[in-house]
Amino acid sequence: MATLTVPHSIPSPQEDCEQLHKAFEGWGTNENLIISVLAHRNAAQRKAIRQAYQATYGKDLLESLLHETHGDFEKLLLLWTLEPSERDAILANEAATKWHAANRVLIEIACARSSEELFIVRRAYHTQFKRSLEEDVAAHTKGDFRKLLVPLISAYRYEGAEVNMHLAKSEAKLLHDKISDKAYSDEEVIRVLTTRSKPQLLATFNQYKNEFGNAINKDLKSDPKDDFLAALRAVIRLICTPEKYLEKVVRLSLNKMGTEETALTRIVATRAEVDLKLIKEVYQSRNSVPLEKAVKHDTHRHYEDLVLALLGCEEN
Amino acid sequence: MATEEQLALTKALSGDGGLGVEESTLVSIIGKWRKKPEHVSSFRKNFNRLFSHAGHIEKCEDDHVQKLVIEFSRFHQITVLWAMHPHERDARWANQVTHKNHPASILVEVASTRSAEDLLGARRAYQTLYHHSLEEDVAYQIKDSKSKLLVGLVSAYRYEGQKVDNDVAKSEAKSIHSAIKSAGANKISENDEVVRILTTRSKLHLKSVFKYYKEQFGKYLEEDLSSDPLAQQTVLCLDSPASYFSQVINSAFKEGATHAETEGLSRVMVSRSDIDIEEIKEAYAKLYGAKLADMIGKKTRGYFRDSLLSLAGEAKA
Repeated sequence: MATLTVPHSIPSPQEDCEQLHKAFEGWGTNENLIISVLAHRNAAQRKAIRQAYQATYGKDLLESLLHETHGDFEKLLLLWTLEPSERDAILANEAATKWHAANRVLIEIACARSSEELFIVRRAYHTQFKRSLEEDVAAHTKGDFRKLLVPLISAYRYEGAEVNMHLAKSEAKLLHDKISDKAYSDEEVIRVLTTRSKPQLLATFNQYKNEFGNAINKDLKSDPKDDFLAALRAVIRLICTPEKYLEKVVRLSLNKMGTEETALTRIVATRAEVDLKLIKEVYQSRNSVPLEKAVKHDTHRHYEDLVLALLGCEEN
Repeated sequence: MATEEQLALTKALSGDGGLGVEESTLVSIIGKWRKKPEHVSSFRKNFNRLFSHAGHIEKCEDDHVQKLVIEFSRFHQITVLWAMHPHERDARWANQVTHKNHPASILVEVASTRSAEDLLGARRAYQTLYHHSLEEDVAYQIKDSKSKLLVGLVSAYRYEGQKVDNDVAKSEAKSIHSAIKSAGANKISENDEVVRILTTRSKLHLKSVFKYYKEQFGKYLEEDLSSDPLAQQTVLCLDSPASYFSQVINSAFKEGATHAETEGLSRVMVSRSDIDIEEIKEAYAKLYGAKLADMIGKKTRGYFRDSLLSLAGEAKA
């Protein structure tokens, strides 16, 4: 499900960091060398390289990358090199402090991570920003969005497989009643979506469809311009089929129709070790064209090379 | 005419005026009265609370037996609690609030006085024990106006470092004050801004907020929250847990203390013995002009008393 390719035998972190240092040395930067190393190492290996680099050269690898690379290539490289929890913390901080109603990055992070992963992000957030994630989200959002987003990023969902069918039925009905009354930000809707376990929610949404005929997201489309409804649909989509939601974000980003061009960077960096392969499959089946082709068409130079490498393309 | 032993036995079994039972007294009298059934019989005839005349016997009163079960088992309860993992204790106490109607104040206590990592530990233990998340159960089982505050408190993972933004703290003190004025003090725990501040800010930041509140408005925030006990308790737990715990302990000692109040004594002593019992002793002395060890000696009995003294780091009475 991951697209990251790591060679069977790799150099030691010491050798890798020396290669990277060589890539920075002298006039200009050897971007291909950087890609050949970093784009083919997993999170643990990248961490070891960063540590070796700090020990050998007395500074953070990220600092050198910042200095020696530019633009979208630099952005992706920095995000990619970070540990997943640090990366998510930085993305969350940006999303929270520059929040606007169409920004759904916090929802991505809250819903497409396991309970433990989300907690590690919150811990990394303390270290990086000297505040709690929920503190910043609460302070920068208001009204219905705050009601939804704060419990969403504070959730520590039960991860067992048990499902209570009786509860699924009654909560499906509850959701249906509230949606019919257009009470989209009702406390009970928020409660169900932000506290129930994912298996429980999947059962609830199935019940909804069986009982009432429409998938719940269809009933939440009454106003296509309503950002809150879009947020609710995103929560539901990310809990049920994250790869489908993320494919759409990538697709819109490539068509430059989405609200942020950095979405491609974010999703490649955060999913290359998770489910980018699945996302590629969805892309192919939806668009009849492989994702790599669209990337080659829409991106350029070193950024394109890095994206393709992380997509698992055996080009270089 | 009651003998000294009868008086001692009556006191030991009355379940009055003190928590726990004097086991050593009971054991000694059982020994002294061996082969002297007339002494036991005379005791039964005179001890009307536990025995009543029925036919040719003095039968046992079930009500009082039940009361004695509680007193005898205080030592049992505190020992089991003491042996338990702290996170399991907290999870069980939380579950008693969500599923056994125990007072919500216990949830506020657990959520607000534990460190961020200990609260996370309690949440993990809760999932292990009950196969639901804590916030799931709190949100589902407690559907009244207090639910917003309670869900926020149990979901918190507060920053625990030193950094505080004093400008923000000042303006948040103002926000809380305006909220109290406009919402009415008894509905303060339903106010979104107040809930946001109390449930997400770091404890150090909140201490700053409370300090600015007093400076700007002349009164302690706790005073202005006296008509919303849960909000008031939240502020006290976050600002000065030692004072809060002293209050819980002291309500167990008073005349006519409820079952919940007497359980509070065991809960606090067990959960704070390794954490801040020294600060609690100091706060207690300041608040009530008496040493905690002396009050424990006066108000509790037997092994229960001895275990409380041990938990308080004091030698046996």
